[in-house]
Amino acid sequence: MKYKSQKVAYWFFALSMLLFVLQLVYGFIMGFAHAGFDGLHEFIPFNTAKAVHLNLLVVWLLSGFMGAAYYIIPEEAQHELVSVKLAYIQLITLALVGVAAIIGFHFNIWEGRKFLEIPRGLDYLVVVNVLTFLGIILVTLYKGKRRTTTALVLSMGLLFAGLLYLPGMLPFDSQVMDSFFRWWVVHLWVEGVWELIMGGILSFLLIKLTGVDREVIEKWLYVIVGLTFLSGILGTGHHYYYIGVNKIWLIVGGIFSALEPLAFLAMALFAVNMYRKGEKKHPNKIALFWTLGSAIVSFVGAGLLGFAHTLPQTNLYTHGTLVTAMHGHLAFWGAYAMIVLAIISYALPNLTGRKLYNGSRGRAAFWMSNIGMVGMTVAFGVAGVAQVYLERIMKMDFMEVQKMTEIHFYVLLICATLFVTGITLYVIDFVKYGQPTDEALETNNN
Amino acid sequence: MLSKKQARAFFLGGTLVTFLIFIGLTVYSLGEAQDQTNYENITEQVVRGKNLWDSNNCMGCHTLLGEGGYYAPELTKVIERRGEGYIKAVLMSPIPWEPNGRKMVAYGFSPEEATDLIAFFDWIGKIDLNGFETIVSPLAKDNN
Repeated sequence: MKYKSQKVAYWFFALSMLLFVLQLVYGFIMGFAHAGFDGLHEFIPFNTAKAVHLNLLVVWLLSGFMGAAYYIIPEEAQHELVSVKLAYIQLITLALVGVAAIIGFHFNIWEGRKFLEIPRGLDYLVVVNVLTFLGIILVTLYKGKRRTTTALVLSMGLLFAGLLYLPGMLPFDSQVMDSFFRWWVVHLWVEGVWELIMGGILSFLLIKLTGVDREVIEKWLYVIVGLTFLSGILGTGHHYYYIGVNKIWLIVGGIFSALEPLAFLAMALFAVNMYRKGEKKHPNKIALFWTLGSAIVSFVGAGLLGFAHTLPQTNLYTHGTLVTAMHGHLAFWGAYAMIVLAIISYALPNLTGRKLYNGSRGRAAFWMSNIGMVGMTVAFGVAGVAQVYLERIMKMDFMEVQKMTEIHFYVLLICATLFVTGITLYVIDFVKYGQPTDEALETNNN
Repeated sequence: MLSKKQARAFFLGGTLVTFLIFIGLTVYSLGEAQDQTNYENITEQVVRGKNLWDSNNCMGCHTLLGEGGYYAPELTKVIERRGEGYIKAVLMSPIPWEPNGRKMVAYGFSPEEATDLIAFFDWIGKIDLNGFETIVSPLAKDNN
């Protein structure tokens, strides 16, 4: 028995896809600018492209998470969403706020705080929007026939993600305080509560795709999210080493952020082991690729590459360089972009009744985007390490070094082209699936 | 073998304990006695400079305290490095400043606004950054 209200998830996924594609366009503008071609400077200067690239990322991932919740919660709670109409209103307002913010960035209307550039007025609308979303999810869960750990962890992640947006709205006259609490939002999102959302989606997908007993999967889910918070909360300290606060954060941040890869390692081992243990041969192999891929790539991108520059003695030299962009790209891709692509790949055949997962396009999309992203990460890494040595060890001037590292951005652009080709194939599949139907949901047994 | 109940206790307990420690450390490190920023020197001019920094998203290209866009130079201690005259010229320039071919948006700030931003950079430049101030390029040239 499937739930008709799950259809709303499709439109959140569609919004996700649209914003994702737009995000890539702005990524190219930045890549070209770094390579020395900034022909669009007059219309889209680098800071505009950067704000758009980052905020589109946040909004398309949030839209994907919301879509995931609207798909997963009815099935987990065994109850239709309490208000589909409100969910559609929430979708439209989310899109409007996102688009208004993006347009504003082109006219110098923003807050100028990395990741949180959305102007204050729109922040309040974001809060109302997220509260509406949380209301629908939590009331559905409350009225539902059962409350599973998967649903609780997912909802808890979404609830805390909403609450943690608030410290970013506190006004400060000190840049240091501003930065300090900006990380309460950004770090505690991506290395904290978003991992709960990821864990919840991952757990749902593993239950569906591998057929392993829910009790086993959910037990390990608790362990993983436990490790995440145990390391991630105090790991926030790695952002406080060199911004003008007490040295205590060097010790606390150093120790706990060094433990952060453990949570990601556990997640990767968990996913692979459940897959091996599972006896169910689910036909949707593409969804399985993205699911296992997300767990593994997030360990490399977020875990290992994060560890590479998290210790204070390393970070002293890498802080504020392209090394951060190296880690950031593979981490966001593995942990969050891939898990959203995983749930979309899983949900689309069930929502639409079409089974396009047997075609070769889906596999090509997976491999091309992943190889492209790994290539981009390497290019950022080489540029970043060169920057660290030339600027901070050899004491060369910033722009001299930037000119010398331009070549790495040519490589980056080539890899980005491969990445975008993969994503284009994914989007083609998305479009070919068509829109969701009630009949598809009624006949679906997955 | 670990039960689901124990796993849940590990999650909830671990989260609560680390969160409380985090709050405690936050209160401690932001206390007046631990101030490394010369908080008392934040004048209205510094705040106006910060507002200009934020409202023009300077962080979208530059870095400050090592945070920002990685596209334009780090501006911590920029006054010591470049001098006020140079910075004022950049900020007030009606055409894009273009060192080594990389363009900056031509903000064309008024003399007052440029002075506000300089006051902000001056305050930033005096913060104790736990050693980062001696590393951050190309300032490090002057410290070795």
